[in-house]
Amino acid sequence: MKGTKSNQRMLEKAVHLVFLILGLTAVASVLVITVYLFISGVPAIGKIGIIDFLFGKTWTSTSAEPQYGILPFILTSVYGTAGAVIIGVPVGFLCAVYIAKVAPSGIKSVMSSVVGLLAGIPSVVYGLIGMLVIVPAIMKVFNIPDGASLLAAILVLSVMILPSVIKVSVTALEAVPKEYEDASLALGATKIETYFKVSVPAAKSGIAASIVLGVGRAIGEAMAVMMVAGNVANMPSLFQSVRFLTTAVASEMSYSSGLQREALFSIALVLFLFIMLINAILNALMKRGGNEDEK
Amino acid sequence: MKNTKKIIALVIALVIVAATFAACTGKETDKGANNSKTDKLTGAVSTDGSTSMENVIGALGEAYMAENNGVTFTYNPTGSGSGISAVKEGRCDIGLSSRALKDDEKANGLTETTLALDGIAVIVNPGNAVKDLSIEQIADIYTGKITNWKDVGGSDAEIVVIGREAGSGTRDGFESVTGTKDSCKLRQELTSTGDVITTVSQNTAAIGYASLASVSEKVKAVTVGSVEAAEANVQNGSYVLQRPFVLVTRTGEALSAAAQSFFDYATSEKAAEIISAAGAIPVK
Repeated sequence: MKGTKSNQRMLEKAVHLVFLILGLTAVASVLVITVYLFISGVPAIGKIGIIDFLFGKTWTSTSAEPQYGILPFILTSVYGTAGAVIIGVPVGFLCAVYIAKVAPSGIKSVMSSVVGLLAGIPSVVYGLIGMLVIVPAIMKVFNIPDGASLLAAILVLSVMILPSVIKVSVTALEAVPKEYEDASLALGATKIETYFKVSVPAAKSGIAASIVLGVGRAIGEAMAVMMVAGNVANMPSLFQSVRFLTTAVASEMSYSSGLQREALFSIALVLFLFIMLINAILNALMKRGGNEDEK
Repeated sequence: MKNTKKIIALVIALVIVAATFAACTGKETDKGANNSKTDKLTGAVSTDGSTSMENVIGALGEAYMAENNGVTFTYNPTGSGSGISAVKEGRCDIGLSSRALKDDEKANGLTETTLALDGIAVIVNPGNAVKDLSIEQIADIYTGKITNWKDVGGSDAEIVVIGREAGSGTRDGFESVTGTKDSCKLRQELTSTGDVITTVSQNTAAIGYASLASVSEKVKAVTVGSVEAAEANVQNGSYVLQRPFVLVTRTGEALSAAAQSFFDYATSEKAAEIISAAGAIPVK
């Protein structure tokens, strides 16, 4: 008996160790990436000057006298993401309410799996469709010479953030205790009144989290926007060709050298800080949601 | 029962860890095998670079593999600048560049071997009435001095100027001939020859430039200073928008046997026919 017990303990420890190692690889990856980005991104900011880098309006990394101002990229990323949220969130939110509360079970299961599929479409496919459908459509509808623009990127991004918004919102809405809704219905409220005045407020932290998740998806997307945005480092304007933070890194990294390459790492660092910020907001929202439930 | 489950979990975990390591080491041994076997002419040749050279290098690669079925040929279309970086950093055997190497690149341990000459076609949408542009007009369009097609004999429409990314060999060739280095005002900056052709084919007001070897029926190549963008005119020099297709290797470093044999094949007279069938002008 004693033998088996100590064997068991040994086994327990071994299992612990293996899982610890596997778990640590994820943590180590994050650490390595963070440290690497800081080490390779900070020197260029020093050389260029943080004001010139963050607030410079001209990016000409390959000309004889290079200028490394990334304000156009930052603003484009911010505007692009904001635009995608403005279009994508209302659609995603209402869709989530429909799936979670209104839809009959047959339609519900079909719609959920379609949303799942939407999440699984590779971003290059979104880009391709944007390039072949949305860009020419914008050109015709607004009667402008070329459709590759911030607007095209916003439209593509707003579809791309739908799955994140819908899935997380649906989960939050479904977690609302049925008693809340029953009470509301018993007091004479209609079903729609109940959904929007009881269920949605009860799920608000989850819905907020879904929006933040969508923001993260939009700001980090490179491939699809690269194919529809035109990629010229202009200050952002709805019908102009623009370059995002992500595409600035992606389009020049392969042939860059010297200070140009270092500056690209600095752009990646700025993008990384944005995403860290978004994650911090997400965590704060999740925590608040948790506390509310405890009350 | 609990015990068995734990054992199973442990075994699975160990297998995952082992598999990860095995995968890593597996790759290394593969590479080793390739290197050691190259004397029997099995192995791999990796090329990386210019998207303009896609047709030429693709045709050469296919023909070469048909003759040497032990060798795997790969081509990574990334753009000339990327190809030059890749060969310099040892990430491929032969770099492909659609511009001549700069002096500082040669000083930094790279050697160029000109494979062929290629024209840069100035392309417009087939629906565009403009048939001929002079070099000055092209330069003015790209620097933003001419912004409407009616100024060069076309319909009243704003010109949509399409260019390539800064590392592109086509862009380098185009801007050096037209004298527009660093002064181009582009509406779109695309990252491959194919993207430029697709975009121009979809927009009647667009103008772009692309390798003559890659131009398809979807777009129309204008004559430059009344000279047609054709192979014969590139060869006799009357079509001025031209640049070389270059194989880039590391100076003083022997290629692997497979890569050397491909290099010899590509620069042989036999390959000339394949190169001209692919739309470029062989130098041999």
